[in-house]
Amino acid sequence: MKELRLMKGNEAMAEAAIRCGADGYFGYPITPQSEVLEYLMAEQPWKRTGMVVLQAESEVASINMLYGGASTGKKVLTSSSSPGISLMQEGISYLAGAELPCVVINVVRGGPGLGDIQPSQSDYFQATKGGGHGDYHLYVIAPSSVQESSDFVKKAFEVAFKYRIPAMVLSDGAIGQMMEKVELFEQMPRRTDEEVIAECGSWATTGKTPDREHNVITSLDLIPERLEEHNHKLQAKYKEIEENEVIYEEILCDDADYVIVAYGTSARISQKTVQLAREKGYKLGLMRPITLWPFPKAKIAEYGETKKGILVVEMSEGQMVEDVRLNINGKIPVEFYGRSGGMIPTPDEVLTAFEKHFM
Amino acid sequence: MEIIKSENLVYKKTSAMTDKELSYCPGCGHGTAHRITMEVLEEMGAIQDTIGVAPVGCSVLAYEFMNIDMQEAAHGRAPALATAIKRLWPSKYVFTYQGDGDLAAIGTAETIHACNRGENIVIIFINNGIYGMTGGQMAPTTLPNMKSSTSPYGRDEAMMGHPLKITELIANLPGVHFVTRQAVHKPGHVRKAKKAIKKAFEQSYAKKGLCFVEIVSNCNSGWKMTPNDANQWMEDNMFPYYPLGDIKVDGQLVK
Amino acid sequence: MTEEIIIAGFGGQGVLSMGKILAYSGIMQDQEVSWMPAYGPEMRGGTANVTVIISDDRINSPVLNSYDTAIILNQQSMDKFEKTVKPGGLLLYDPNGISKHPSRKDINIYQIEGAAEAARLKSGKTFNMVVLGAFLKLKPIVEFDNVIKGLKKSLPERYHHLIPMNETAIKSGMKIVKEIQKL
Ligand SMILES: Cc1ncc(C[n+]2csc(CCOP(=O)(O)OP(=O)(O)O)c2C)c(N)n1
Ligand code: SF4
Repeated sequence: MKELRLMKGNEAMAEAAIRCGADGYFGYPITPQSEVLEYLMAEQPWKRTGMVVLQAESEVASINMLYGGASTGKKVLTSSSSPGISLMQEGISYLAGAELPCVVINVVRGGPGLGDIQPSQSDYFQATKGGGHGDYHLYVIAPSSVQESSDFVKKAFEVAFKYRIPAMVLSDGAIGQMMEKVELFEQMPRRTDEEVIAECGSWATTGKTPDREHNVITSLDLIPERLEEHNHKLQAKYKEIEENEVIYEEILCDDADYVIVAYGTSARISQKTVQLAREKGYKLGLMRPITLWPFPKAKIAEYGETKKGILVVEMSEGQMVEDVRLNINGKIPVEFYGRSGGMIPTPDEVLTAFEKHFM
Repeated sequence: MEIIKSENLVYKKTSAMTDKELSYCPGCGHGTAHRITMEVLEEMGAIQDTIGVAPVGCSVLAYEFMNIDMQEAAHGRAPALATAIKRLWPSKYVFTYQGDGDLAAIGTAETIHACNRGENIVIIFINNGIYGMTGGQMAPTTLPNMKSSTSPYGRDEAMMGHPLKITELIANLPGVHFVTRQAVHKPGHVRKAKKAIKKAFEQSYAKKGLCFVEIVSNCNSGWKMTPNDANQWMEDNMFPYYPLGDIKVDGQLVK
Repeated sequence: MTEEIIIAGFGGQGVLSMGKILAYSGIMQDQEVSWMPAYGPEMRGGTANVTVIISDDRINSPVLNSYDTAIILNQQSMDKFEKTVKPGGLLLYDPNGISKHPSRKDINIYQIEGAAEAARLKSGKTFNMVVLGAFLKLKPIVEFDNVIKGLKKSLPERYHHLIPMNETAIKSGMKIVKEIQKL
């Protein structure tokens, strides 16, 4: 039987983590995502599935717990919000370098610095361009509803393990705090130790057996030739992901002359704008990138041939718009409308911006 | 118009506090701790010579209430900021004002190393056994079996560790000169705490080393109690675990 | 059908839980719902509000700047939200503590003496249910049975003995809601 619940985005992500058979969660309180840890502590998944939950002393500790946990081949995740995710960047770079699967949830709030605790999308650059040091990418998937908050935790683990890379679920304060109907997926069993060894024993710290070399998890390689080779291997993996893992959604784009490109909460708001625009007779559609990395480059490039103009809407001063402009490559006008600092644009505001630029 | 004759004036809000309305819950100890810190600085004539560092926690906006030059740190990092400020302004009084999550969880490294280096600064440490600002999560100082939003069935020491007596810990470091534990929920305690804060400023200014004043305080919102019940609960539960009094005086541990 | 509602008042009046019960009731009859609270320091200041949307279709923006219905439980919220009701929409409020009554001519206005009624029922905690009853009388967007099911879903088991009390409160809210201005 399908199980319907009314949940906050944060709670749905926590429940999804339990249900997809995660082995461990490590996190530190920060608004607007503290409900993830709070939900897990109340739910006591160590009694339900054997999953470990620990409140760390900081985000630096959380991400390094993830670094240790992921190296064992087990399914581990953490969650935080912008300032905490900034603290995690060193660890994330190590996880990427060491090719470790794990999930990091960022419920974005206003920045820079301590900023505020209201919803924002100003961590797009950090999430999609690396964030930490070195040549690496995270798989970045952005939910725009509570349902997707649940589904994408599962999806993020799948991709993370398929390619052995860290994955990020990029939510925001609005989706994290909002309650909606969710249909929860069924509990998946946690893998047994034997299954973990069978699946990940070739690379993970599962204990050296006489029949194999010792496994070492490290991001260090002092020989430049070898490190470059390692980087090439990462790049080949990223290329494969770009070819196979792009997800986006188009709403009323087929007959549209103009398209709004927006993700997450901005996409929800812009969908209403599209409705208002259609009532006024404007041929406007919405394209919502769901994976932010890999970015739906080809689809955007196609609009350069088929549409008259694009409006990018973000809760930032303009970050994803750079990727849209790069792929449109000057073929049609790409305009931007954004609010930042925790301000949320309204559908009317977006419509006004659209009319100003294109009507 | 002068409505109070100066000869009748018994108490006046220190000008070292701004007129801004405090953002704290009614009954919270933060307000009193702010006020006595500022009164000490005013009485010492040190307003112009003091730089404060605010934490991340309920007192994140301390800089809006304390009418002195201040800086706001990242969560837990105040002692590092204060270290640099004091080293670059050696003639100033420099202090941090931090909660238990800020000082004893995420900022443990900065706390211990500033203490160990014997920075000539004052640390005012508000221990309310919980994360107030973020909605009542478990802090390193949360008592055994105490409920919080991340220990909803009570702090299980086997799983979540033991309440951290960071004050006793840093008292053992040679760089630390004066360590005391105080409270501010009753007038007698306020007077004692104020004396301790004054001593801390004087001795750190005299380059004797780091001076550390812990104030065991309440968090009625986080503890989910009325202000009065919270104070009573604090006396009955916090004080036995975190006993009040001097811990290190003139560089010597109090036996 | 889509109903866009703002519920606003003081923290502690049960604003958020009233929205939650309404949202759960919508789920019980297979509708789409969203519940978007104002969170953070805004709440420290003593006010709480939540946007609830119930719809037959997928809900797009969870954040709105105008509403079909505003349920207003203190003066601050009146000042902020009276102007956000769509022309022809509904403003329902508890006059207790309201000094500046609504003055718009293009909306329907109703009063509910929620605080007084809850006091009469000797259960201050049912205040929000009285108000909910009044709303459901005016806009029966969810069926009564589904509201009770919604209540069951949103209340922890240990409070289930309070459901009859809440049922009574909802019914009395339905009875005593007072028309001030009907278009
Ligand atoms: C890097 C980072 N992580 C987490 C937070 C969220 N946060 C804000 S205050 C706080 C804890 C506050 O507790 P405490 O220091 O005990 O002070 P109180 O609020 O109780 O006075 C946390 C975890 C943050 N702002 N930055
Ligand atoms: S939450 Fe606690 S520490 Fe913060 S102001 Fe309120 S009582 Fe004080």
